[in-house]
Parts: sequence; C-alpha cells; structure tokens
Amino acid sequence: MPDEYRGPIPVPLPETRPYWEAARRHELTLPFCTACGAFFFYPRAACPTCLSGALEWRRVSGRGRLLTFTIVYRGPRDFPLPAPYVLAMVELDEGPRLMTNLIDVEPEPERLEIGMPVEVTFVDVNDEIGLPHFRPEARR
Amino acid sequence: MSAATRRRLRGRVAIVGAAESDELGKLPHKSAFALHAEAARNALADAGLTKQDVDGIFCAGLWMASETAEYMGITPRYIDGTQIGGCSFMALVEHAMAALETGLCEVALITHGESGRSRVGMPGTRFGPDSVRLQFENPFGLYGPPTGYALAATAHMRRYGTTSEQLAELAVSTRQWAELNPRAMMRDPLTVDEVLASRVIAWPLHLLDCCLVTDGGGAVVLTTSERAKDLPRPPVYVLGTGEASTHVYVSQMPDFSNWDAARLAAERAFEMAGVAHADIDVAEFYDAFTIVPVMGLEAAGFCAPGEGGAFVSGGRTAPGGAFPMNTNGGGLSYTHTGMYGMFTLVEAVRQLRGECGPRQVANAKTTICHGLGGMFSASATLICGTEVP
Repeated sequence: MPDEYRGPIPVPLPETRPYWEAARRHELTLPFCTACGAFFFYPRAACPTCLSGALEWRRVSGRGRLLTFTIVYRGPRDFPLPAPYVLAMVELDEGPRLMTNLIDVEPEPERLEIGMPVEVTFVDVNDEIGLPHFRPEARR
Repeated sequence: MSAATRRRLRGRVAIVGAAESDELGKLPHKSAFALHAEAARNALADAGLTKQDVDGIFCAGLWMASETAEYMGITPRYIDGTQIGGCSFMALVEHAMAALETGLCEVALITHGESGRSRVGMPGTRFGPDSVRLQFENPFGLYGPPTGYALAATAHMRRYGTTSEQLAELAVSTRQWAELNPRAMMRDPLTVDEVLASRVIAWPLHLLDCCLVTDGGGAVVLTTSERAKDLPRPPVYVLGTGEASTHVYVSQMPDFSNWDAARLAAERAFEMAGVAHADIDVAEFYDAFTIVPVMGLEAAGFCAPGEGGAFVSGGRTAPGGAFPMNTNGGGLSYTHTGMYGMFTLVEAVRQLRGECGPRQVANAKTTICHGLGGMFSASATLICGTEVP
C-alpha cells in the first residue's frame, strides 16, 4: 500500500517535524505556547498570538467538531480518495483548527452537519508520513 | 494613521490613464510580459504620456516588479512589487498615492499581465513541497481555488441560509452585463436553472459559479491631481483606499462565513472618502466565485452579515437594477486572468468617464472597486469619483 500512494506527501520543516513524527505513531500532537497557555496550529517556531518561542509539544484528544466542508467532485489527478470526497475543516476540542478529510461518511450534503462530532484516524502513506483523517464520532 | 490624516489624502491623486491589452481571452501567441507591455502602452497613450514620463512602477505579478520594468525598458526610481493576490492592484493604487503625495515619484504606472489560461511565460508554482500549503492542505485534496472557496460557501449557506439559487442569480445578473459588452468572453443569455444544472465542481459550487480563466492585461497611470489637470483625459480622483490581510492559507481563515479582511479594507476606504454607501453609483466587486461578492457586499457594509444572498436576488445587480455591479460582465463572464482586480479598475474609470456605451450607468460619479486576494485572505478597496467632495 505505501508504495502505491500517489497523493501529495508532506515534506516537514524543522518546526513541523515533531508533528509529523507523532502522526507517524498515530498520535495527534500540537504546539503549545507556555506563555499563552494555549495550543495553536499550524506548527511554527513562534506563537502566532504572542510571538513567544517557549513552546512544547503536547498530545491532544483527537476529538473535535466539523467546522465546514466541501464535497469535491473534481480532485487532483492521482489523489488517493476517489471523488466525490469530503474536504473538511475540523475544530479540535483544544481549540485549533486543521484541514483534513472526513471519511467513513456518505459524501452527501444532507449527511454532513456543521458541528457534528468527529475523531481522528490516521492513514499511513509511506514509512515516514501518516495523515490525520477524521471520521464521525458516535460518542456525543 | 488616523482617519483625519487619511482624509487629507482624499482627491490628492488621480487615475489619468487606463487600458487593457489589445486582446483578452485565449491568447497562446502572447506571453504574460507581452500582455503587461501591451496594456502599459495603451494606458500611457490614453494618459497622453510616454514611458519616459514614468518614474514609479507598481506590479503584482509573480516576478520582481523590476523584471517587468526591464522588459518595458523603464528605469524606475520607485518600485513596488506588492503581491497580495488579485486585489493587489487596488492596494497598489494606495501605495502609488502615498508615493505621489510625498513626491517620491511623479508618474506611477501600475501594470498587470497574466497568461492565466495559456500559461505562456508564466513562472512555476509559488508553493514548495515544505510549504504550509503542501504540508497541511494539499494532502487532503485542496485542489485549486474552487475547493477553498467552497469551504466558505458551505459555511455561509449553513449559517445564514444562503441558497444556490441566490448565488446563481448573481451569475445571471452578471451575464446580463456581459451581453452588453462586446469584449466579454461569455455573452450568451444564462438562466438560474442553467447555473444549477452545470456540473458540481466542489459542492456547493457549480461550474457556472466559477470565474473564467483567461489571458490578458491591464494598466492604469496615476499622477497628482494638480498635474492631472494638464492631461487630456478627465481625471478620476482617488477618494478612498483601504487594504488588509488576515491570512494566506484558507485553513487559517478566521471565520469561514465572514470575510474579515474585506470589512477592514472597506471601512478604511469609506472613512477616508467621506462618502456614504448610498453615494456609490457603480460597484465592481471581485467575483472569482459567486460567493465572493455576496460576502464582499456584506463585509463592505452594503448589507448586514448573512443578507448578501437576498441582496443580490431579484436582479438587483443586473442592468436596470437598483445596484449596478460588475458592469463589464465580471470575472464570471467578462475575463479573469487570475488576478482580476486590475479589470475592476479599468471598468470603474470607463464608467466614470462615460465611455461604456450600452452598459453605461447614467450619471456615474462615484465608484467602488472591492478586491479579493488569496482565499478570502486579503482585500483592498478603492473608491473613486469624478469630483472631490
């Protein structure tokens, strides 16, 4: 399977490498600013709220809610998910938002509600990169 | 800068020349730089000036502005290559105003040339494999502009009840303007049903919710209002300007159902111009997708948040409607090279000069050009008039 992956594969920067290393272990970790006491995303070398460099990596719950979405009928060539697929923004319980795919759901507008609870699940694309996808969460 | 200080800039500079490239549309025989030069030549001729008069160059391409100057054989002493997407040109008017007012340059040339469709002489992608876009967005199938704009369209529809029919009405009204413009690429009559029946690109956006992809160029020439009096064309005075940027990547959009940068830019422009919304005779709102002017009208204060869909319904923005908007046919039906903002400027100048023939808005004295950059990332607003209030 990893050999067959033909979608875009992230190339980490120094400040994003811990994120991708954790994702490879199927753990969602985010930068946490100890000056602000808050998470942020995407990973940067400076907190976008206060510019502090006093940052830590902390694991988060992997739970959140659907913020918005689109159902893509014309995707990039060789994209691994067959169209139509759901491109989504998820707001994590810890606050930050990230772009993802919502999977394990029918790609139909009436099946998708803003605010619906979702949880992370990882898809390995090669030996170094796992991508955080999300799926509907039954808990809430 | 305080509002009072900016108010003193009102009417200090004017657009004295405006033109497009000789051709617009599908132009595989012309490079992007050729389109820059063609537009610049036409705009300078319109202004009654030559390239030797130009000492300030303002470009928003993906190249250095100095490369555009080199191509045209211009040796500028003031150079501005601000690139904030398709609204860069409205922002560059603000920057040119500042340079002209302080005497750092005397004649400002703002040019645009883009081979958006044929991709002749265009640079490669801006996004490297370790960019934020390639790490955190593209792996999930963010694909070209439609997918990004659809995220906002969904949020707006679900939050406010905006409908696909309302968005389609905007496309239809805009097409009606294009029917009156011989230079428009798409001039066949269009119906709401046809928009809704066009294939879905990224739900909720259909093909006919999306702008054209064309080749073309445009340019405007500015100088001080004092010098403008000696030039052949009636001056188009710069009354109000504003620009703002909240993010670049769509995943960083602060609120998917509101366009914050547009609100910030428009507030500044209206504050400086000292005109009321009711004073606007002609509106040119950047329309890369039907959702963009809907959210732009809300952000610029022409209606309340959430009311943009209703605002554009009933043919309000069409020829004969109460709010003439995108009178050239817009990016949806006229032309859209990729950075469409320049074409709003040229159309506003033409409307204020009364040059628009069948699509001329009667007694057009005040216009607004409202621009989009990136993924609802940046915005810049320009209010112009035939007189300084």
